Order: sequence, then structure tokens, then C-alpha cells
Amino acid sequence: MLYREALNRALDELMEKDENIVILGEDVGLYGGSYRVSEGLVEKYGEKRVIDTPIAELSIVGNAVGMAIGGLRPVAEIMTANFSLLAFDQIINHMSKFHYMSNGKIKLPMVVRFPQGVSRQLAAQHSESYEQMLSAVPGLRVISTSDVNHAYHALKKAILLDDPVVFIEHELLYNKKGEVNFNDTMDPFKARIVKEGKDITIVSYLKILDDVLKSVDAIEKELNCNCEVIDLCSLNPIDYDTLAKSIEKTSRLVMVEEDHKTGGFGSQIVSWVAEELFYSLDAPPLRIAGEDVPIPYNRKLELASIPTVDSITQKVIEWGHKNGL
Amino acid sequence: MEKLIAQDIYYLMYLGRAFEYKAKEHYMTGDISGFLHLDIGQEALSVASMKAFEKGDVFTTYREHIMAIARGMEPKYVMAELFGKASGVSGGKGGSMHLFDPSHFFYGGDAIVGGQIPNAVGCAYARKYQGNLEGVMVVFGDGATNGGAFFESLNIAATHKLPILFLCENNEYAIGTNIKRAAPFREQYKKAEPYMLTKAVDGMKADEVYNAIKEAQSLLEKGHGPIFIEAYTCRFEGHSMSDANLYRSSQEMKHCKAKDPLPYFKNKMLTEFNFTQEEIEAVEKKADESVQEAVEFATNAKEPSLDALYEHVFYEELNNVVS
Repeated sequence: MLYREALNRALDELMEKDENIVILGEDVGLYGGSYRVSEGLVEKYGEKRVIDTPIAELSIVGNAVGMAIGGLRPVAEIMTANFSLLAFDQIINHMSKFHYMSNGKIKLPMVVRFPQGVSRQLAAQHSESYEQMLSAVPGLRVISTSDVNHAYHALKKAILLDDPVVFIEHELLYNKKGEVNFNDTMDPFKARIVKEGKDITIVSYLKILDDVLKSVDAIEKELNCNCEVIDLCSLNPIDYDTLAKSIEKTSRLVMVEEDHKTGGFGSQIVSWVAEELFYSLDAPPLRIAGEDVPIPYNRKLELASIPTVDSITQKVIEWGHKNGL
Repeated sequence: MEKLIAQDIYYLMYLGRAFEYKAKEHYMTGDISGFLHLDIGQEALSVASMKAFEKGDVFTTYREHIMAIARGMEPKYVMAELFGKASGVSGGKGGSMHLFDPSHFFYGGDAIVGGQIPNAVGCAYARKYQGNLEGVMVVFGDGATNGGAFFESLNIAATHKLPILFLCENNEYAIGTNIKRAAPFREQYKKAEPYMLTKAVDGMKADEVYNAIKEAQSLLEKGHGPIFIEAYTCRFEGHSMSDANLYRSSQEMKHCKAKDPLPYFKNKMLTEFNFTQEEIEAVEKKADESVQEAVEFATNAKEPSLDALYEHVFYEELNNVVS
């Protein structure tokens, strides 16, 4: 099953059971979704439940908030993360705050799906990542999904949760293949140990995790070591427990993200390690992240703006040599 | 309008004004802090709209103390919220600008100008989907009609023929900027005209507001689709307690206060509804007592515990949260 099919399947299964679940967004209905995630759903559930909206992101999220207040379970789709900036008032001032401001009297069971990241030459206004901002907003749950099985289970959990969830997907993952274990009882907010190891903990999430996995062989061979790779899966809450266990075992942390380095999500992980696990470390943590530039159109420049399999391999090896591995 | 409703409206308008003056007094003494937006001068609009739109759902702005009370919240719990107390309608976490009570279908109390409008549209979508056409009323000021959220909302509400009443309280000022300096015309209903049925009323006259909104709600219930009502009003105070109101001349203020909604409606009570002076005084006395009780309650109420800081960030706890 493809990543987008897993998401589609999660939506379909839940919509069939609960008519309070509605989907809204640009081209989610008749067009089938710009990444085909909602393909076939309007035919099955009708235009009242799969709502093609105008190009008005503020209203997509703002209306979803009102639908949730009115007793529905909306799943809003932002076509691509950059467009969500028009909806940030609704996400931050409304969606994340009503439960707290009303002292718990209002709850918002809603999901906003966020396709994001550097895809292929979409240039600066269609390539960004906003998990660093979203994960810093109290009151929002933030899922980042990089795996087909996780995507299926996490989206179901997000829809069923009575809190507002931002569900981050990566645009290059939609055609990723994988198996879904329908009987899996996973907690999608828990970090996933994708590969076990004892010498280096490499933490990542979303699409760049796949690049990390592709670089591991060369790293292990060159440094004669064993890497543990962790997929964060959730950025709010952060599964510090799983991270702590791994870092206490390996004594080394590499944090890999696609987003711009300054203020990027990984800085939270490294700052936490500095505060809580400083004496467990045998080496300074390494952060590998995107350059602090808008994403350029030219393919060569685009690839130079984000970590790649080659640059991850090279940076981890250099760092390993410098730090006694 | 029935006699009993007229009495209720006068009671709430009188109570509302007394409540606001008490809030002002306690802002001066420091019992109330933050931003406090008084509704003095706009009572007819705040009360009559809520009494007329008795069913359905309401979304409104940060100038909402009187609306909240008119919608059914007890003055003492509203005052306690202004005082930041645990027994306030939002547990002391919302304050003056964020009064919520889903038991009265009252969803704030929104302090982002225009931000509540898309929420109301979404709620109207939900209600129509559920087969409920009682309608949603969203209240906003003239200042909100210049923003994108407003225009997006008109468009979506009209496209889906949603059961929603847009109620614009036009007091001509967005804080200190007169509507003439922010829009090409004074009448904001003109912006809604291409999308829906519109109507303009004198917002200083409770009976006019009441009748217009009553009629609008019955149209919504018949499946009419969105309606826009603009009510011209005037706030007697500054935008908030931190506004010295220097941008309006004394002549303008005099003109504004000549339209005071309370004497106007009191006269109606005497002439049209045949109340006696004594009966009116009894209504006023009851309102004064209620406000006095609200202040005493709020003064003696408990502060939230420090644990409240961490409560209601989320509805559901997740197992693996470790900090």
C-alpha cells in the first residue's frame, strides 16, 4: 500500500463509521485531492461530507474550528504548508486556545493535514516546513508521519482524538510503499525505533528519515559502529522517554531534519539533551539540517539547501572521526 | 414585542449599564486588569440581539459582558471572570474578552477582530448538516468588515446558503480610526449586498433591533440562507479602559449621548407597554441588587489554584508525555 493510500484508507474507514467526520479543503472532492489522499471519498460520501472549499485557507481552518464547536469532526486539508500561513491566525489564536481559554468548556476534535517539505523544484513558496512553529504552540498535538503503517494508524488516532491535531505529511512520501498491519495496537504518539544500534542515536522524522536510513550502511562501515535510528512520529508530545533510553545507551546524538537549521525543531531535542543528559554524552551532539536560505528552484541549488544521503553520510563520518569513533 | 419581553430587555439594559460602570470602578481599584472594553451606550444592541435570537448559537467579540448576561449567564459568574476568579465563567483564564458558555450556546468572547466570523460560518455549516436551521448569529464591529475573514465568510455562507445571521455593530470606530478613513462608505451592509439579504437598523433602539433579528431568525428557520443586519450604534466610552477617547470631539460625544438607548426604551415602557413609574423603579432596583451581588460574589470568590495553570491545555492526556 502507498502512503497516500494508507491515509485514504484511514479516512474512508472512519467516515464509514461516523457521519460526523467531514473533510474540507481545496480540491479534496471532485478533483480527488492534489496528492490523491481523498480520492474516491466524495463519490462515496457526497459533497456535504467532502467539501471543496474556495481558496481561502483562513476559512478552511476557521470553519473547521466552528464545525468542531458545532459537534462535527472535521479533517481539514491545507494543499501545501506554505498556504497555511494564511490560516495561522485560526490555528494559533483559535484552534489551539479555545479549550484553555474556555477552561475546558469547549473541545475541538479536529485535524488539519499539512503536506509540506522540499519536493521537486517547487521553489521558495511551495517547499517549506513549519513543524518548528506548530510544535511550539501549546494546545496543539503535532504528528509527523514518515511511515505507511504509522500514517494509517496515526491519522485514525488523530481523527478520533478530542483535541486539535496538526498532521504533518511530506510531499515526497505520498507514493512511498509499505505494509499496513491492521491489527497493530501502536501508540502513534510514541517514537519508533526504526533500527536498533548501540553506538550512535540518530533522531529524525518525515522524509529525511529515509535518507538517514540510506546513509547508515556507509556510516557504520566507515566508523565501525552501530547506529540506532529513531523516528520521532510525534512532535507534540515529544517521546523523551524513548530518546533518553537510546541516548543513555549510545552516549551520542545526531539530529537530522530537512528544515532550516536556525530555530529548527531539532534544536529543541539538542537543547533538551544538553539540559537533561549532558553527563551521558561522549560527544557533542551533531545537528544536520537545511541551510538558512529560502528554497531555490534550480535542482542543484535545491539539493544543496537540504541534507541528502551523501551529506548526511559525510557529516556523520567527519563528526565520528573527530569524536573518537 | 410582548410586555414581558420589553420588561426583560429594559432590566438587562439597565443591569448591563450598571454592571459596566461597576466594572469600570473596579478596574480603577485594580480588582480588574488587562483590557476592559465597556459596552456603555451599546446596550440596546447587545441585549435586544440576544433576546431576539433566543435559539441557535452565538459567536461574538471581546465587548461581550452584556451579551453574555443577556444570553443567560449569571452576572456574578461574569463579574468573577473579570476579577480573574476560579468561579468565573472561564475559570479566570479567559478574562473580560473570553467569556464562554456552551450551555447557553455562547462561544466567546473572541479578541482577534473578525476571527470569530469563520468559526460561526463553520458552526452554521455543522448545524445545517445536522438538519438544524435555528441558525448562528455572529456579532462583529464595523472594523471587522474591512478584513479578509469577513469577506471570505460572506462568500462561503452565501455559497452554501448557510443559516447564519451576520450582525454588524457599527459604532463608526475601529479603536480610534473612523470608518470613513478605513472604508469607502459608512454603511457596511453594502459589502454584503451582492451575497445576501441585508437590512440596516437603528442600533440605539432596542425595539427596532429586536424586531429585525426576530424576523431574521424566522427566515433562517425557513431555510432562507444568510442574512446581514447592520445596526448603527455609539459607544459612550473609549475603545477600552486604556483609551482616553481623544479622537472624538465633545460635540460628537454630545450628539452620540443624545441617542442614549436607556431613556429611549424607558419612555417606550411607559407609553407603549403601559408600565408605571413604580414598576420601572422596581425593575431598576432588582438590577442594581443583582450587580451589587455580582461584585460581592466576585470580591469574595477564590483565585484559581496554581494547578489550574496546567489544566485544559488538552482535553485528553497522552501516556507518553514526559517533561
